Amino acid sequence: MDWAPAQRILQQMSPVGESDLIPLLQNLQDTYGYLPAEVLTEVSRQTGIPTSRMYGVITFYAQFSMKPRGRHTIRCCRGTACHVRGGQSVADAVGRVLGIADGETTQDGRFTFETVACLGTCFLAPVMMVDNDYFGLLRPEKVNSILDAYP
Amino acid sequence: MADQVLLTIDERRVTVAAGSTILEAALGAGIDIPHLCHDPRLVPTGACRLCIVEVEGERGLQTSCSRQAANGMIVRTNTPAVRALRRTALSLLLSEHRITCTTCDKDGDCLLQDYAYEYQADESLFPNVSPRPGQPNYTTGNAAIEYDPSKCVRCQRCVRFCSEVQMAEALTLRGRGTQVEVTTGFDVELNNSTCELCGGCVNTCPTSALYDRPAKGLGRRRDLVKVRTTCSYCGVGCQMDLNVNRKLNRVVRVTSEPGCLPNDGNLCVKGKYATDFISDRERLTKPLLRVDGSFREVSWDEAIQAVAKGLTALRDQYGPDAIAFQSCSRCPNEENYLMQKLARMAGRTNNIDQCATTCHAPTVAGLASSFGSGAMTNSIAEIKNVQTLFLIGANPTDAHPIVGLEMKKARRKGARLIVCDPRETWMASRADIHIKHRPGTDNMLINAMMNHLVATGRFDRRFVAERCEDFDAFRANLEAYPLDLAARVCGVDADLIRKAAEWYAEGTPSSIFYTLGITEHTCGTENVQNLANLAMLCGQIGKESSGVNPLRGQNNVQGSCDMGAMPAHVSGYQKVADPAVQQKFLAAWGLPLPTNRGGRITDFIEQAGAGVLKGLYCMGEDLIRSEPNSTKVAEHLSKLQFLVCQDIFMTETAKLAHVVLPAACFAEKDGTFTNTERRVQRIRKAVEPPGEARPDWQILCDVATAMGYPMSYAHPGEIWDEMARLSPSLAGISYERIDKVGLSWPCPSKDHPGTQFLHKGSFPRGKGLFHVIRHRPPAEEPDKDYPLILSTGRTLYNYNVGNMTLKSPAISQKQSQNFVEMHQEDAARLGIQDGDMVRVVTRRGAVTVAARVACKVNPGALWMPFHFAETSTNLLTNDAFDNITRTAEYKCCAAAIQKP
Repeated sequence: MDWAPAQRILQQMSPVGESDLIPLLQNLQDTYGYLPAEVLTEVSRQTGIPTSRMYGVITFYAQFSMKPRGRHTIRCCRGTACHVRGGQSVADAVGRVLGIADGETTQDGRFTFETVACLGTCFLAPVMMVDNDYFGLLRPEKVNSILDAYP
Repeated sequence: MADQVLLTIDERRVTVAAGSTILEAALGAGIDIPHLCHDPRLVPTGACRLCIVEVEGERGLQTSCSRQAANGMIVRTNTPAVRALRRTALSLLLSEHRITCTTCDKDGDCLLQDYAYEYQADESLFPNVSPRPGQPNYTTGNAAIEYDPSKCVRCQRCVRFCSEVQMAEALTLRGRGTQVEVTTGFDVELNNSTCELCGGCVNTCPTSALYDRPAKGLGRRRDLVKVRTTCSYCGVGCQMDLNVNRKLNRVVRVTSEPGCLPNDGNLCVKGKYATDFISDRERLTKPLLRVDGSFREVSWDEAIQAVAKGLTALRDQYGPDAIAFQSCSRCPNEENYLMQKLARMAGRTNNIDQCATTCHAPTVAGLASSFGSGAMTNSIAEIKNVQTLFLIGANPTDAHPIVGLEMKKARRKGARLIVCDPRETWMASRADIHIKHRPGTDNMLINAMMNHLVATGRFDRRFVAERCEDFDAFRANLEAYPLDLAARVCGVDADLIRKAAEWYAEGTPSSIFYTLGITEHTCGTENVQNLANLAMLCGQIGKESSGVNPLRGQNNVQGSCDMGAMPAHVSGYQKVADPAVQQKFLAAWGLPLPTNRGGRITDFIEQAGAGVLKGLYCMGEDLIRSEPNSTKVAEHLSKLQFLVCQDIFMTETAKLAHVVLPAACFAEKDGTFTNTERRVQRIRKAVEPPGEARPDWQILCDVATAMGYPMSYAHPGEIWDEMARLSPSLAGISYERIDKVGLSWPCPSKDHPGTQFLHKGSFPRGKGLFHVIRHRPPAEEPDKDYPLILSTGRTLYNYNVGNMTLKSPAISQKQSQNFVEMHQEDAARLGIQDGDMVRVVTRRGAVTVAARVACKVNPGALWMPFHFAETSTNLLTNDAFDNITRTAEYKCCAAAIQKP
């Protein structure tokens, strides 16, 4: 595991205390793509923030992951508006196309697929996001071509 | 009064200290409010919602555990609205709890069960969402603790205890909502986390989500009796409850109640999980007599006659210096008193000692010469209010864990922490100043600190002038110890020494804590006297939370000294040589006190080797494993014509004995232990001894009687009363007075409240005496052949020779093998990786152990524990002794590391 990026983050944020835990984890995740346990253990040793404290926070917030994530994140909405307009069939299509279930990452590391409670764009229902891009008024058969644009 | 508030709870007027919560006010007034997540040791969270109450004039209901009581508040704890909501809250809790009271160990001792019954909560009101049991979790496979998330009510008491009190930070909650479970960081197995196995999580759990795995299935509340007693390991003297299943004659588990002195319901791994030895199969159960080279089981009568005949014959033939009596710091006061009485009356010799010589004899001698009394000056409860903690040669989180908790409290309140230790201990790694000096340079360090304080006028002139004497010679001696010299000799930055000195001097107040890192040197007594010098120089003694505090290593090493199991003193530190004392004891005991000088343990061993000592009666100590240079100890002891060992296990020493007497352990008899803060506390019989094992006091009486000096007592309380009548400093203490809470001596009369801290206003010797102390190097220094310095010490998980702690599966699982700590630079030079087996060699022996490579010790230094039989560290240690008390230099010897 490359320790240098974590070291840079710790230097930039110095001095790091317990109240910096969430931004620290966000920076680490942005850099590594996820939160590797070995990196966190060393960060704990250097900062004195217990690994137990980190783990409590990491498992509480959906934004953090200790498993490697895909280069792109797909978020399919399962909110009320999307649900009544066929959101489930869109999510099913994503799962079928990629061959993975909700919460999983493709073998080639290209996509992580999640469903979320609401994306706040009900007027576009049914909707999904790929990274920071919205795709609305979806139909299952559109999924393939959308994903093709994310190598 | 401003520091009190007056409120009304359920139409009753209640007065409490300002800052108290409504719940505390109610509980104090005997008004019970249900509460699951509350523990008085923890910061309130209001998580369980059961302690809700109505406060008049306020909307909604308040959680009484987190709401401060205020003047004029009108509180109602039991209205229909409150009760209805509690019932709903309980029904919700039950929906997350797998209800299996029929097979649950906590049946009858479960707050959730009690409240559910009281409120008739409806377990079918909500669908049950408790997780499926049996999934692997962080305790799977752990021998001490079992976590069952299906019984967990997410009150977080365990997580909070681990963080707030123990500061081990091992536990956390994982996930959200109904998926929340207790776990370790990254779900690692408990023994691979920072858990210290204190069991505080188990003891605070209101249900049986966390339970002691060894106790599963061995009895519920109705099957168990709680026997309040005192822990038999270190000198802290924790009060604990042995949970006994009488049908099984077995101590099933150990608990403790918040609020008790001195430990407030807290225990360490040894108190909590190291009682398996009591019912261990290897306990001695029959008297053994050596016949033609091997042991034969004999009757008690035959064994006692053999002991009496053997000792009497040697005494009569060779005189009182030919026999010696080794008493025991693990045994109760009453038995130590009897052992010295037996030695002096039946043996007619002052050859009586116990293992204080191995540890804190320099404390007793050093502090007595400086102050006139050789004991810890302050109480454990005062530690939390110390503002500058000065630790030297002490590792409280490992060796005195509950004192460690009090220091953690002081630290949380903002105390400065100075640690002088060649090793990076828990406290050292969190200290403001860590002085990592070379082993054996303590006096160089302390002298330089005092040199700086005197030179810059930062000392307490008034205290020195009014309360002390011999300052001028002391002051002149300091001139030879400038900071830069000390920095060079100690291997520490001069600025650190300067800052430590200034902080200690200016603390309001400061207090010194030390243990065997100070005493186990050839200059042990001088080290102690120099700490007394430092305290007197700065006026940091004779006040609340300020003094010189040796932390005594064994449960009753304070008491065994107090009882006169020492050559020059009878009970209460009365001098054998004092004619008035001689007269008093002649009247009480019927025979004159012996006049020979008497020796200490280390003398006994040498004299045995020289053929001067012919007979030794050894109670409860494994000399071969405990004393330095084991090979030589065994050689010397095997020359004895007659060796009696009275013990609970067949020790290495007992294997050489002519008679072995099986004794009852602390859980099998009544008596008292005196803890490090001079507090005399009860131990109580909880189970029957195994086989024919008997309490030591009964055996001692029979031996004395058979030797022609009749001794007979119906109960240990009678022994205590006799001792108290003869010992002014203990005269006010009786079993009745200490039934609930122990008393600290001096306690001269029945109406005296005991003494919290010593030396207020004056010292027992009048003025405090400054000693001129010069730095003397250790007896053995590193050289070409043995280039490293080896120190030895205790770990958290084991105790002394390990024959009690290692009987515990929980402890064996955590730490069952010896190891040597070394610095990574030395390891790299020698081509040694962490975990490699290495040979540690000294001039006296060699052992092969695993290397722990890190930076805990400095380059050039080694550290080993001494708990392990197969690789006994005391094969290596140096039998060089303190010039005054004959305590061995366990903390420094020259060693080499070899690849096996």
